[in-house]
Amino acid sequence: MNGYLRSDGRKGIRNITVVVYLVECAHHVAREVVFPFREQGVHLLGFPGCYPNAYAHRMLKQLCTHPNVGAALLVSLGCEGFNRQNLLEDIRATGRPADVLVIQDTGGTRRTIEQGRAWMASALEKTAAVPRAAMDVSDLVVGTVCGGSDATSGITANPAVGRAFDLLVQSGASVVFEETGELIGCEQIMASRAARPELAPELIACVEKAGRYYTTLGHGSFAPGNAEGGLTTLEEKSMGAYSKSGNSPISGILKPGDVPPSAGLYLLDVVPDGEVRWGFPNISDIQEIGELIACGSHVTLFTTGRGSVVGSAISPVIKICANPETYRRLSEDMDVNAGRILEGAATLDEVGHEIYDRILRVAAGEKTASEAMGHAEFSLVYKSFDPLGPACLPR
Amino acid sequence: MTVSTDPRLLRLHPADNVLTVIATLEPGARIHIGEAEIEVPVRLPLGHKVAARAIAAGEKIVKYGAPIGSASCAIAVGEHAHTHNVQSDYLPTFLREDQTRYFAQHHA
Repeated sequence: MNGYLRSDGRKGIRNITVVVYLVECAHHVAREVVFPFREQGVHLLGFPGCYPNAYAHRMLKQLCTHPNVGAALLVSLGCEGFNRQNLLEDIRATGRPADVLVIQDTGGTRRTIEQGRAWMASALEKTAAVPRAAMDVSDLVVGTVCGGSDATSGITANPAVGRAFDLLVQSGASVVFEETGELIGCEQIMASRAARPELAPELIACVEKAGRYYTTLGHGSFAPGNAEGGLTTLEEKSMGAYSKSGNSPISGILKPGDVPPSAGLYLLDVVPDGEVRWGFPNISDIQEIGELIACGSHVTLFTTGRGSVVGSAISPVIKICANPETYRRLSEDMDVNAGRILEGAATLDEVGHEIYDRILRVAAGEKTASEAMGHAEFSLVYKSFDPLGPACLPR
Repeated sequence: MTVSTDPRLLRLHPADNVLTVIATLEPGARIHIGEAEIEVPVRLPLGHKVAARAIAAGEKIVKYGAPIGSASCAIAVGEHAHTHNVQSDYLPTFLREDQTRYFAQHHA
């Protein structure tokens, strides 16, 4: 592995330039700036809302200064509430090429697209000159998410990711699992794995918060396709999802944008704090992946039974297919066939090692299936979080 | 406790009272659970569950060694265990047929 060395000492496995719309009204212009460069590692991010939101601001700051990102161009309409100057200064402080185009000042759609594309051409020359540095597994942050789950997810792909997570932790990497709404029913078992006694009640509190949130909304994190795939209840889905975490002790809790302070296994709490204000905690798998990346994830392991095809902006997504019948239909979109376990063609340990090896190859530059097909999804909507409590992180 | 001898049925934990179907079973297929031989009346796709033993109404359904819900009525050995006879102890499961009811309630 030969990483891209950033000024904060973190190393990236990609050298992406991001174009960021700061309100939906700037989305089209930002997308047009990206278009001619989309084969050259230029990705589109953005926040649709006109009203400021501390969570969204922090998310975009963490994403624009992510180790996989080399430069950032912000695109503002001009009148929206987002604090563009503050974000720009924070990105520039890291030494990355960064600029903001304000459509109302630049003179409209056409001129802003032209200026953006001219900026991009010079930015790509600068990012190509970023220093490289040797990189080790212990430099990696790896996240995991499940999506389009069915009843095979929890017996093949998810526990296989758990094995890979255990191998990563043994090698000194930081790994992150998430979606507390999909851990409802597992809170007591999970708390028994807390690395420190004071962390256990925090883990339970996180899941209870998710339970309250989803109960208020009247709908668990459960889609009709989950039931068609054999999952009967939310807690059955949870037990399957939980197995992605492997068997390492849980070192701490993160909230979106918190980078793991040390090696080990972390739980990402994705459910907003306070009153239920913002609708469903994550409107789709894409936003969860974005939150894992804001926590520094270089790579995301995405397990799917029904068959999701997504990738992500900034960090590659490795898709691990749980269901052998789905794999046969969607093999082009998949990186690992964990469904082999059900057909007796591989063991959980073998697939766990295969995932670990694939992470190393992707970190060394190999494209994932979704990267090769141009997937670079991104989604960000309103949320609010309180800071982490003192018991959440290792001292 | 009965022990499954049918390789198409997977027991994930010794305490489980349901087994996972790991190869889609067509109606009429015969499965073996311990002493019992059962003819499958409906298609059971990969990943669905059958009762490993007779389960009484209200009893916890155990998979992965953990409770995943409760039986909403009595379930016979070998019977499909799913949303028609198992319910969550947390939040109700949202099915495709519930979409119609949801729209009737929210868009009337």
